[in-house]
Amino acid sequence: MSGILNSSIGRKFAMALSAFFLMIFLLQHFAINILSVFSADAFNEASHFMGTFWAVQYLLQPVLIFGVIFHFVMGFVLEIKNNKARQISYAKNNGAANSSWMSRNMIWSGLAILAFIVLHFIDFWIPEINTKYIVGDMSGMHNGEFRYFHELVEKFHSPLRVGAYVVAFVFLALHLLHGFNSAFQSVGANNKYTKGLKTFSKIYAIGIPAGFIFIALFHHLTGH
Amino acid sequence: MNLTLKIWRQKNASDKGKMVDYSVSDISPDMSFLEMLDVLNEQLIEQGEQPVAFDHDCREGICGMCSLYINGEAHGPDRGVTTCQLHMRMFKDGDTITIEPFRATAFPVIKDLVVDRSAFDRVQHAGGFISVNTSGNTIDANAIPVNKHDADDAFAAATCIGCGACVASCKNSSAMLFVGAKVSQFALLPQGQVEATDRVLNMVKQMDEEGFGNCTNTGACEVECPKGISLENIARMNREYLKAAFKG
Ligand code: HEM
Ligand code: SF4
Ligand code: FES
Repeated sequence: MSGILNSSIGRKFAMALSAFFLMIFLLQHFAINILSVFSADAFNEASHFMGTFWAVQYLLQPVLIFGVIFHFVMGFVLEIKNNKARQISYAKNNGAANSSWMSRNMIWSGLAILAFIVLHFIDFWIPEINTKYIVGDMSGMHNGEFRYFHELVEKFHSPLRVGAYVVAFVFLALHLLHGFNSAFQSVGANNKYTKGLKTFSKIYAIGIPAGFIFIALFHHLTGH
Repeated sequence: MNLTLKIWRQKNASDKGKMVDYSVSDISPDMSFLEMLDVLNEQLIEQGEQPVAFDHDCREGICGMCSLYINGEAHGPDRGVTTCQLHMRMFKDGDTITIEPFRATAFPVIKDLVVDRSAFDRVQHAGGFISVNTSGNTIDANAIPVNKHDADDAFAAATCIGCGACVASCKNSSAMLFVGAKVSQFALLPQGQVEATDRVLNMVKQMDEEGFGNCTNTGACEVECPKGISLENIARMNREYLKAAFKG
């Protein structure tokens, strides 16, 4: 067990575990966001619960932050190591002949996601933390009603932000189109279920980002 | 056919090396790729130039010696073949063909298109064997029953010829397909069980020390492997490794 992160397979295993965790988080995040399309009240209730329940705030949130940071730092480490493994590149290389664009560009789709996460933090997370823990207002209220839904809708007024949002989720879909199935292979799950897992990964990789894009466009176009 | 060849020339391991253009004419489409290079080399020798050094031995797809990165792919554009089995009919008259050595930090160039693949030997020495007493009372291997499905998978893994096309094709120069095949070959059989833990730990350790990259599961190796070694072997190695590592 000692020093598992010092081995190539150990690092890939850790990478896959952090990725699985992010996949579960993303699903949960989507489940709450989609409520905003159907019912402002339901979205408010869920947001308030997630924003104030101690186990979410003090247990899950730190784990999530660690998971994200671990994932992209390990992504960079692997990228650097892999570049070192071939110092002289080919004069002519036909990567498209044997592998998908997504699989060869995980670092670029990953960097696009990272840029989005930074924007997302500035947009939602920092104001949230400021209101709750700096200002000390845990009520979730503004002018006598829950503020979450209004804040969400307001953010999606700007076509620029919605545009950035759409682009980021396209990159996320590209990342997951290779990544989700790849993570199963990393943990050693390549067997009679592989075909099913591939289909499931594909549905998730396209469906979830498409769902996030739909939510953004919905609020942008309807204005509420 | 008449062809233009862009070939990597490098005098020795410390030379910087560069691509050099050559032309060959009257190449038969029925020639193998190596025979085409033989024609070029005869021509170079006649002109008093150094022939192009390249690896080969059996010339029938079983030894794994021939290498070459041809038009951006290990062993060229055909599937399931080594370079010695690649025919010139895969190309058209007037084509320009780029020929480079397999590139990986763990496979340094010795001369021209010849690379040092002894890193594979060292990985193999680290655990790619079973220790059997051959003093005369050896049990016949066939006396131990093996599930047909496992026997087939072990045999398929054992067809790896150690050519290194998987490393050359991988964007990370990862050797996981090769090592996965070598680990699987024994992991699937009862004879391999006794040393299973040490085998996978030691082989992976050696693989990492040789400077091969990490697997991103792009699957390029499987596509380019002349023996059709499956990615399932990498997954099996991952399972074997994790089992062994958590055992301590
Ligand atoms: C924060 C920015 C991110 C960066 C820089 C990044 C980078 C990377 C890189 C470089 C890889 C390939 C590693 C390898 O060589 O195998 C990878 C794999 C992966 N990533 Fe990301 N990623 C990011 C965010 C995400 C997010 C948000 C998710 C999911 C919600 C995700 C899911 C995955 C999955 C499933 C894999 C495959 C893991 C495996 O092959 O075992 N990534 N990531
Ligand atoms: S796995 Fe295939 S490509 Fe890799 S060394 Fe073995 S035969 Fe060659
Ligand atoms: S020369 Fe033996 S496999 Fe090509």
